[in-house]
Amino acid sequence: MSQRIPVTELTGGFRDRAEVALADGQLRTNFRTAMDSLMKKRADAFPDEEEREGLRELGNRTKARALSRLPDLLEQLETKLTDNGVKVHWAETTEQANEIVHGIIQARQGSQVVKGKSMVSEEMEMNDYLAERGVECLESDMGEYIVQLDGEKPSHIIIPAIHKNRRQVSKLFHDKLGVAETDDVNELIQIGRKTLRRKFMEADVGVSGVNFAIAETGTLLLVENEGNGRMSTTAPPVHIAVTGIEKVVENLRDVVPLLSLLTRSALGQPITTYVNMISGPRKADELDGPEEVHLVLLDNGRSGAFADAQMRQTLNCIRCGACMNHCPVYTRVGGHTYGEVYPGPIGKIVTPHMVGLHQVPDHPSASSLCGACGDVCPVKIPIPELLQRLRQENVKSPAEGPKVKDGGAKYSRKERLIWRFWRTLNSTPALYRLFLWGATRFRKLTPKHVGPWTDNHSAPVPAKRSLHDLAREHLARNGGQ
Amino acid sequence: MSARSNILNKLRTGLAGSIPRPDDFDERLVTEPWQYAPEDRIMRLRNLMEGVHTEIHQVSSDNWPEKVAAILAKRGLGNLLHAPATAHGQQLAEYLQQSDSSVQLLAYDRPVEEWKEELFWQVDASITGTVGAIAATGSLVLWPDRHEPRLMSLLPPLHIALLKASEIEDNLYAMMQRQNWSEGLPTNLLLVSGPSKTADIEQVLAYGAHGPKELVVLILEDA
Amino acid sequence: MSELFYDAAPNATRVAPERPGPRHYPAKPREVILFGTCVVDLFFPEAGLDAIRLLEREGVRVHFPEGQSCCGQPAWTSGYAAEAREVARAQLAILDADMPVVVPSGSCAGMFCQHYRELFADEPDTLKRVESLAERTFELTEFLLNVCQVEWQDLGEPTRIALHTSCSARREMNTHLHARELLGKLSNVERVDHDHESECCGFGGTFSVRMPEVSGAMVMDKTQSLMACGADEMVTADGGCLMNINGSLDKQQQTFRGRHLASFLWERVSGEGKV
Repeated sequence: MSQRIPVTELTGGFRDRAEVALADGQLRTNFRTAMDSLMKKRADAFPDEEEREGLRELGNRTKARALSRLPDLLEQLETKLTDNGVKVHWAETTEQANEIVHGIIQARQGSQVVKGKSMVSEEMEMNDYLAERGVECLESDMGEYIVQLDGEKPSHIIIPAIHKNRRQVSKLFHDKLGVAETDDVNELIQIGRKTLRRKFMEADVGVSGVNFAIAETGTLLLVENEGNGRMSTTAPPVHIAVTGIEKVVENLRDVVPLLSLLTRSALGQPITTYVNMISGPRKADELDGPEEVHLVLLDNGRSGAFADAQMRQTLNCIRCGACMNHCPVYTRVGGHTYGEVYPGPIGKIVTPHMVGLHQVPDHPSASSLCGACGDVCPVKIPIPELLQRLRQENVKSPAEGPKVKDGGAKYSRKERLIWRFWRTLNSTPALYRLFLWGATRFRKLTPKHVGPWTDNHSAPVPAKRSLHDLAREHLARNGGQ
Repeated sequence: MSARSNILNKLRTGLAGSIPRPDDFDERLVTEPWQYAPEDRIMRLRNLMEGVHTEIHQVSSDNWPEKVAAILAKRGLGNLLHAPATAHGQQLAEYLQQSDSSVQLLAYDRPVEEWKEELFWQVDASITGTVGAIAATGSLVLWPDRHEPRLMSLLPPLHIALLKASEIEDNLYAMMQRQNWSEGLPTNLLLVSGPSKTADIEQVLAYGAHGPKELVVLILEDA
Repeated sequence: MSELFYDAAPNATRVAPERPGPRHYPAKPREVILFGTCVVDLFFPEAGLDAIRLLEREGVRVHFPEGQSCCGQPAWTSGYAAEAREVARAQLAILDADMPVVVPSGSCAGMFCQHYRELFADEPDTLKRVESLAERTFELTEFLLNVCQVEWQDLGEPTRIALHTSCSARREMNTHLHARELLGKLSNVERVDHDHESECCGFGGTFSVRMPEVSGAMVMDKTQSLMACGADEMVTADGGCLMNINGSLDKQQQTFRGRHLASFLWERVSGEGKV
């Protein structure tokens, strides 16, 4: 059995990592099985087309309304939360966000943090930041706990350990926790439960994400199936919620369609086991709950996407994962290949704003534009259209002023000239017909290797006569043209 | 310039010259597909909750304490966390006393910090009320308060919930409207739709991840 | 109330466009333009000719303007909007006639019907001609089915066919069902479903050369699935997919092949046999 290099240890770009992932038969099988199952779950949860499409439209309009009032809603959210006793912090960068979180922990002289699931905290690389400063930050979501134990990053935003099968988890628990190996998934989960329960009890601070922040009432809404979110936000004396600035919605009733869209699109569930709505810290007469609740609002490039009306739609995202579940590229290469926090189609359109196109220059073109993602997005983000837009931004010259962070990452004078040549050829009929004549006349001279095309195909040989030729002849004979 | 003002300024610049979208929320889309005849609500709730391993019994306001005793006895459980200041807590305590039950009744009557070790590891089960349920999604609605605090329905491996049949609403929107949620939400409001679960390993469902491994719902049909 | 809401500001927050209603098809016209597409022009010209024959069989006169070349998609999907726009502009001029344009390819039809609007979003005058073109562009299968309302007799031997529908045909032109219906009119043709039928074949235009590793994995899976479903051959209405799938099959040295749907249909209804 050859030595397998974990995908996350590879440097190089998307294509290098993709090549390794594609050769990993176990990974391909795990993902294919998992994605097929998730696609079916979603389809089963939306049996009525009219109901589904009507709800998607409402979800899209609800998010658009919130975004059209985003600064006002953020201020209203801050006011309401503050009235409720929650402290609100603002961070432009992940560095600032980490400083804020660390500051809160330090003020309590805390050293142990337990974390519910939060993709924003992954953006912050919060665990590493805190670890470097002597604060242990333990993941409590089972999937996140598993990948943390293995020193990996999550490979899917909803099911972080989707790339692992039970044998791999069992071996991991055996190696890291010293427990006996077992094939029984229930037993594996119970091992995780026991280990983490003590941590919930002893942690100084609990960190969570936020699914929806409601401006009208000053409420943070979290969804989960396991109970670790409730644990992290209730047991420790301090709760810090971190979220992106785009997560605020206007009214309480706005979460009704969005919640239904989220849980049905993600795992095909009518609702998650727990929906947890937090509107403040422990009141004077209450016996449990955190004494302090904080919300950290993170920008990290979102305002950049917001600035352009077309790309603002990227911020509709409610982080359901349906796009990646339906993506033929993601299914074959898995989440780690994208090399960033958010994989799959949403990852490709949001990451450039967060880290700049120079860091992810291949993201916009890592798609065949099949459109499966756009079809299933519960809030109707036009993902293929946004990928197209990013491709344009990616090849702009500095003079053309790209509108995305580090745009023009793939600017190439050479490629621009090739397309200019292509343009002239295809907009000058005489030239185009000359090209057809040459290609058909000298078809036998087609080289056996035509760039990357012949990696996967035999060399394409032009026909003996072009359609222009055949049509002219046919129509002349039949009196047409 | 603070991060706050920088962010808000950027956003406002992005919106300059445009107008906010109107409130075009359409409640029909979240209510019409999710409406049930009153006599069907319980069935819908049961189907959904039992589908995710909830144990449900339809009982009456008189005999439910007997059911609780049977549930505990069947599992050989020794103690039960209850709320003595509530009507249902008192009704249960009276029954258990009269029936000479060996179940030790515990009360969550002091801050969690004073009895953490016991609460986290030694409580077998808890019983709480609810403020209603949602038929469309198979969800209980809990409003934890000082008598039935947040961890009461989360920590013990078995959670028993009392639900009045008359408080089952069709859907979440109807529930929000009926109970006027936007006027004032509690510190913590919970929708609970089954025992804790996860499918993080190979998407195989396993119950009892961090929350209760078992959820039992007693529907008081005449309440 | 929201239907009346309109904010002309260029930075107004966008909502998704309304779901299009079912397309209204005109009565069968006397004449049409055939837009061959560059892939068919160079690699599958017989399919283009068969499309012409299928239309002529319905009593429709076909024009093939000599000046046509390419819809502009390769540059468009590569991010070179300006270059794509100039080629699109040339096609707009060539196709400027008061008659339907029939296209034997879902992706090129999709360019005309959807993306030309984006290309010319900043040119209100040109947009009028773009709308006219979009309105009278039909993908071949929908034109045969709903405009010509073909009545066919199947003159071929019994055969089992796998149908691969391009992503554009499926999502931009909504015509994935039309090909099925056309095949359904042939009494000796049994259509068999292949595994992951709706999944992309991996062509994606320049995607196949920019990301050959992933594209290769996709076309490999697609060819395996097509060969495993029990069909005698594959048909598809899109030249790009055809080039991708057949090119892979050839490299794998498989005997299984695909054909353009136009050629298959012509063979079945004309009885002229395989060329």
